[in-house]
Amino acid sequence: MSDIIRRDPRAEWIARNRLHPLHAAMQTQQTSWMGPNGLIRKNPHASAAGFIGPNGLKRIDRSGAQQGTASGARRTAAAEVQLPLHQVADPAFYIAVVPDMVGGRLGSHDRDLLGLAHSLAGNDGAVLAIVFGEHKESSFANAGVDRLLVIDGDEYQGYAPEQLVQGLRAVDNQFAPRHWLLPDSRTGGGELGRRLGAALGERPATRVWQIKDGQCIGRAGAGQQDMQRALPRLILAAAECAEPVSETRHEALPVELSANVARSISRIEDLGSVAVDPAKIAMAEAEFIVSGGNGVKDWPLFHKATTALGATQGASRVAVDDGHMPRDRQVGATGTWVTARVYMAVGISGAIQHLQGIGACDKVVAINMDPGCDMIKRADLSVIGDSAAILQALIDAVDNYRNGAQRDAA
Amino acid sequence: MSTKVISLVSIGAHPSSGRARRAEQDSRAVELGLQLAGGDLQVVHAGDPHEEALRGYLGMGLEHLDVLEQPAGADVLGVLGDYLRGAGAQLVLTGSQAETGEGSGMLPFLLAEKLGWPLVVGLAEVESIENGTAQVLQALPRGQRRRLKVRLPLLATVDNAAPKPRQSAFGPARRGVLAAQDVQVVDDELLGEEALQPARPRPKRLKVIKAKSGADRMKAATAKASGGGGKVLKDVTPQEGAEAILKLLVEEGVLR
Repeated sequence: MSDIIRRDPRAEWIARNRLHPLHAAMQTQQTSWMGPNGLIRKNPHASAAGFIGPNGLKRIDRSGAQQGTASGARRTAAAEVQLPLHQVADPAFYIAVVPDMVGGRLGSHDRDLLGLAHSLAGNDGAVLAIVFGEHKESSFANAGVDRLLVIDGDEYQGYAPEQLVQGLRAVDNQFAPRHWLLPDSRTGGGELGRRLGAALGERPATRVWQIKDGQCIGRAGAGQQDMQRALPRLILAAAECAEPVSETRHEALPVELSANVARSISRIEDLGSVAVDPAKIAMAEAEFIVSGGNGVKDWPLFHKATTALGATQGASRVAVDDGHMPRDRQVGATGTWVTARVYMAVGISGAIQHLQGIGACDKVVAINMDPGCDMIKRADLSVIGDSAAILQALIDAVDNYRNGAQRDAA
Repeated sequence: MSTKVISLVSIGAHPSSGRARRAEQDSRAVELGLQLAGGDLQVVHAGDPHEEALRGYLGMGLEHLDVLEQPAGADVLGVLGDYLRGAGAQLVLTGSQAETGEGSGMLPFLLAEKLGWPLVVGLAEVESIENGTAQVLQALPRGQRRRLKVRLPLLATVDNAAPKPRQSAFGPARRGVLAAQDVQVVDDELLGEEALQPARPRPKRLKVIKAKSGADRMKAATAKASGGGGKVLKDVTPQEGAEAILKLLVEEGVLR
C-alpha cells in the first residue's frame, strides 16, 4: 500500500447509511451519551482524537457530527472488515450438521453444508454443529456455526460408527433438530448419515445437490437420473450443494449434552490402520506427497527420505525430463493434479503449471535455496537451505521420533 | 470353510448407453464371495426373474441364482431380511449402491438394522474367519486400509477397492439356472416412476470475488496462487528446519 492519505468516500457513505450491514463497524467511539442519572456524559478523548483530513492534517470536529473511521486510524485496504454478527438468542428450532472434519478441520464440503444449513435456518433457527473428539478448527464462527456441540470421550476414538450413532441419537432426543445435514462423502459422512437414517427410521435424501422451495433434488442411480422429492428430515448433501457462509459472523456458542450417551456394545473392533505401500497409492488420491525438483541433487537420498517418511513420491517437470523420476510421477498441469493433504516440495521453485497442480492441497511445505521463489509464497512452512542437508536431518528426526514412540509404548 | 456366504446382486445400467448389465460393485461382491466360499456361494436377487442381465452373474461360475420375484418399484427390504434369516447366512456381501432406481445405498444399512447384525462399509479383503469372528480389511479414502475384527453374522458392502470381478463367460451364463421364488410384495410409495428424471447438469460454481475496493479486485484478478502468511525459516540449521517440518507432519497426522 502507498502512504498517500486518501478519503474513502465509500466508507463515509456506509457510515452515513444506517441501513448498511457494515454501518456498525464504521462508527467512531461515542462522544456523548446520557448517563444513568440523566446527566449528559462526554468523552473528551474521543472527540479530541479527531480524524485525518484529506491533506494529512488532523482535524477535530466538536459539533458531534464527526463520522467515519474510528479514532483517526487510517483504514487501509488490507484492514479486516468485521462482518456483522448473526445472533440467535433463543432458537425456534435447530438444524443439526455433522461435518466430516477431515484432519480435524472443516473441509470445503463441510463449509458448503454449513452454508446450506444457514439458509435452511433463516433468522429464527440455529445451526448446531456436532463434532466428535478433538478438533483443530478455529473458524467455526466464520463458517456459520451458531451452536457448537463437541462430544468427547474414549469411546469415540478410532472406528466406532455404532457409538457415533448413539451420540447422535442423544442429540436428536435433546435438541430435536428440524433437519439433519450430513455430507454424502466417502470420508465418513455418507456412512454415518445412512446409519443414522436406519437408526432413526428416517428415509434420507441422498446425493442432494439443490434445495429449493421445500423440494430437494439429488442424483439417483449411477448418476444418470435425478430424484426430486419433498425435503425430508435427514439430508445427505453432495459437495457444492450451496454457497458457504461468507457475509456473516456467527456465535459458535458451546452447548453440552444434558444426558449421558448410552454406550453401545461394540461388535466392531478397530485393530488400527494397516501399512500400505505408498508407491501403490494413485498419486491423485495420495494423502502425503513429497516431490523433488531441480534443486534435488542427491536422488538416492531423496528416495531414502520418502521411504522414511512413508510418503508417495512426486516430481516436477524438470526432474522428470532429466530422467530422475518416471513420467507418471509428474505433478502439475501436464501431469497429475494432486489432492494431498500435505505436500512437500523439495527444490521446486514453483512454476505456475506446478502450482496449478497442487491447487487443491491443504498444507504445503517447501524446502528451497531461494527465499524469493513462488513456491515459498504458496507454502505454509518454508525452510531455506540446502535440500540434501535438510533431508538428511529430516530422516534422523523421523527415526528419533519413531524410536521414541516405540520406547514410550514399551 | 464352513461359513455360509451370500451375495446380494442387483441389475446395473451401463454408464453411457444405459443398457442393463451386471452391476459393477455387485459383481465385485460376487467375486469376493467366490474367493471365500467357492461353489458354495449363494447369490440372491430380488426383482424380475426373466431379466437377461442376471445371466452376467451366472457366467462368473455360479450354478444357480435365487430370484425373489418382485415387481419394479417394490420395497424388497422385508423379503430380503426374511430370506437371509431363513438361509442362516454368516457373511452377506452387497455392493454399496444400486446403479438403477433411487440408488440411495440405504439397503445394507436398513437390513443390518432389521437383522441386528454389524455392518462393515467398504470391505476390501477378508483375512480370516474363525471362532465366530471375522478379521477384515476396510478400504478408506486415499488408498488407506484399516483392520477390523467383527462378530459374525456380518453384513458388508464392497466398493471399488474390492477385487476386480472375473469375466462373465457365455456358456455357464446360458447353463445357469435362475430359480424364481414367490414371495409377498410390499409397495414403495415414494419411489414412483415420475420421481426419477434424467439428470440435469449441475450449475458450475462461479468464483465470486468479494473485494471491497478496486485495488482489491485488481489484486484478486492478477494474484498468483498464494497461501498467504506462511512461515519462512531462514538462516536456521538443517536440524532446526527438520524439527519444524516434523512438527507440522505430526500435527497433520500424516506420519504413520
